[in-house]
Amino acid sequence: MTLKAQSAQETEEVAAMNDSNKLVHSKLDNSTLENSALDTYSLESKTQPTLQLSYRHAFMLVLKRDLLIAMRHKDDIINPLLFFVIVITLFPLGIGPEAQTLSRIAPGIIWVAALLATLLSLDRLFKSDHLDGSLEQMLLSPHPIFLLVLAKIFAHWLITGLPLILIAPLLAVLLHLDENSYTALILTLLLGTPVLSLLGAVGVALTVGIKKGGVLLSLLVLPLYIPVLIFATSAIDTAALGLPYSGQLAIIAALFFGSLTLAPFAVGAALKVSTN
Amino acid sequence: MWKWLHPYANPEVAYHFTNKVLPWLSALAAIFLSIGLVWALVFAPADYQQGHSFRIFYVHVPAASLSMGIYFAMAIAAFSSLVWQLKLADASAAAMAPVGAAFTAIALITGAAWGKPMWGTWWIWDARLTSELILLFLYLGVIALHNAFEDKNLAGKAAGILTLVGVVNIPIIKYSVDWWNTLHQGSTVSKLGKPSMSLDMLWPFIFSFIGFSLLVGVIICLRFRNEILARNSIRPWVRNLVQEHTTK
Amino acid sequence: MNTLPTLTSTSLLSAVNLTCIREERLLFDELSIDIHAGDIVQVEGPNGSGKTSLLRILSGLSQPYDGQVQYKGQAIHRCREDFHENLLYFGHLAGVKGELTAEENLDFNLALHGNNSQDSLVYLAKVNLSGFEDSLASHLSAGQHRRIALARLYQSNAPIWILDEPFTAIDKQGVASLEKLFALHAQRGGCVILTTHQDLITIKAKQIKKITLDYSFDSA
Repeated sequence: MTLKAQSAQETEEVAAMNDSNKLVHSKLDNSTLENSALDTYSLESKTQPTLQLSYRHAFMLVLKRDLLIAMRHKDDIINPLLFFVIVITLFPLGIGPEAQTLSRIAPGIIWVAALLATLLSLDRLFKSDHLDGSLEQMLLSPHPIFLLVLAKIFAHWLITGLPLILIAPLLAVLLHLDENSYTALILTLLLGTPVLSLLGAVGVALTVGIKKGGVLLSLLVLPLYIPVLIFATSAIDTAALGLPYSGQLAIIAALFFGSLTLAPFAVGAALKVSTN
Repeated sequence: MWKWLHPYANPEVAYHFTNKVLPWLSALAAIFLSIGLVWALVFAPADYQQGHSFRIFYVHVPAASLSMGIYFAMAIAAFSSLVWQLKLADASAAAMAPVGAAFTAIALITGAAWGKPMWGTWWIWDARLTSELILLFLYLGVIALHNAFEDKNLAGKAAGILTLVGVVNIPIIKYSVDWWNTLHQGSTVSKLGKPSMSLDMLWPFIFSFIGFSLLVGVIICLRFRNEILARNSIRPWVRNLVQEHTTK
Repeated sequence: MNTLPTLTSTSLLSAVNLTCIREERLLFDELSIDIHAGDIVQVEGPNGSGKTSLLRILSGLSQPYDGQVQYKGQAIHRCREDFHENLLYFGHLAGVKGELTAEENLDFNLALHGNNSQDSLVYLAKVNLSGFEDSLASHLSAGQHRRIALARLYQSNAPIWILDEPFTAIDKQGVASLEKLFALHAQRGGCVILTTHQDLITIKAKQIKKITLDYSFDSA
């Protein structure tokens, strides 16, 4: 409640400032340099953040922008998804169609494919922003960097992680995944793919300034994905046996919260180095 | 403590200090290594179960524990470089990375070679070997990232961030791999670690362990010296040094 | 390291003993500048002399090899949010997304820096982009991208403007109106730090402070 009240007050302040700005600028419109009326307005450098957006606003601003860009550039959403599907269809072709073998290795295949699909889509997280200079502008904004980074990562997850989760049950059918494992598969993906986005963001932030960073990125990021892979596949395997898998889920959740709190700072520091 | 350390943060002082320390360190390393290795490989008794193949232990274990240790040292250097802006810490981290990678590789190769007589196969997805392999990937990542930047300062910072991310992850990775291993392997792998060692096996081990540690110190010092020179190549004291060398 | 000299309270932005090394070349060494309210500072020098590096260091995007930048006497990394709120940086890259329209781009850029984005159409008109508000930026030219980014200047109430080659790909008329804006900004108590290859026309030479960077190749 208090938060709401505060932000309402802030918007009021914003509105007030806007009015004064309008006045000044309408004066600017029909005035020349010599106009002495301008002298009444002086640019006081602000010591207190009067116009600063609240954290929530800044977060939403970046999130909306990234989603809008993704909507206008749908390949970025569809291509990693297609990659995910194709990689998974390759396995039965390479290994053979026996349902038993496939259902045995299905969790591993789905998760490895998810890792690779995420890796493939990571590049778009900061690359284009770096190339056209928007990243610099974000780093120079008065908002804390971790907040903007978090918004971008969340947008990235919505664009690439969520579709992956939605399509995974379908692919699980193709791989004859054990019926008991479906909930486990969805839950591990739901908790695990954000970890992939968060850890991946650190790798992208480190390599975004490098010309051929793509291969390097996979070298940096994939070893960090190992714990998620191990616990997620093991949760699915355990579920197939009809045993409780809450332990593995709890560990993945811990990884999620750990990376959620630490990764944005590492990303911020890495971006500062990359744009240097 | 900081006051005492401060002069060594100056690259020139650090360079000369390293120069002074190096001969002593090298001599000590040579003494310990030759005593330790000759004792271990020639005079120490063979294991009653594993025979002479057990002697690889005197190389494998020091290499494995040093490979971990160097990564942690690197992380400490990276931390102090990022937090206190110590440029020399960057240089030392850069000096350590390839040495650490090399020792990780040695641990892996000796581990595999030990595995052949023990398990009858060169590679087994044993928890320690797997962790060691992942550690090698982490090292290679840091080195590759370091090489990808043209500017040495930026390279150091980027590699430092990656090192810190890695060091947070190492315990998690190690834990997950151990857990994965017990899950999938059951009881096939006999426990190798911590056999009750007789004293005539322990002493050569201690000597070779100290010897290898000193060797790592020597190599890192050599590399550290080069890193200092490379990073300060436009400074007058480095130019004077080069001139002295060329006129000699 | 010596204690850094304290600065007069009037200086908005100051560089203290900046040293910059790029690709093992010393670009500048022990450079100190004080920039006060009302200053228009032009950074000069041949290509590769470190003009852009200097501006990026002043804005906090790059870290100097040695020395520090201070905003009102405080190191900028210690007062990041306060400093950024009072800074407008315009670099080589316009920071304009091809997937967004001209208006959306400007709105985002304004909102990101805490400025009001209500009148963005007016500012787009000021940079001669009326009629292009709803075109995707990817359909516009490089010059138009730069003008979208520069439209922020008309709305910004940040006193410190750091502009790297603001006149690139801008026509004569645009240059003249930008110069007017700079003079006005200085008069209002702001400061402008810019690099440009052409001389400023309408602003008198004595109003401009110049910093000349002359990197000499023989020292390499």
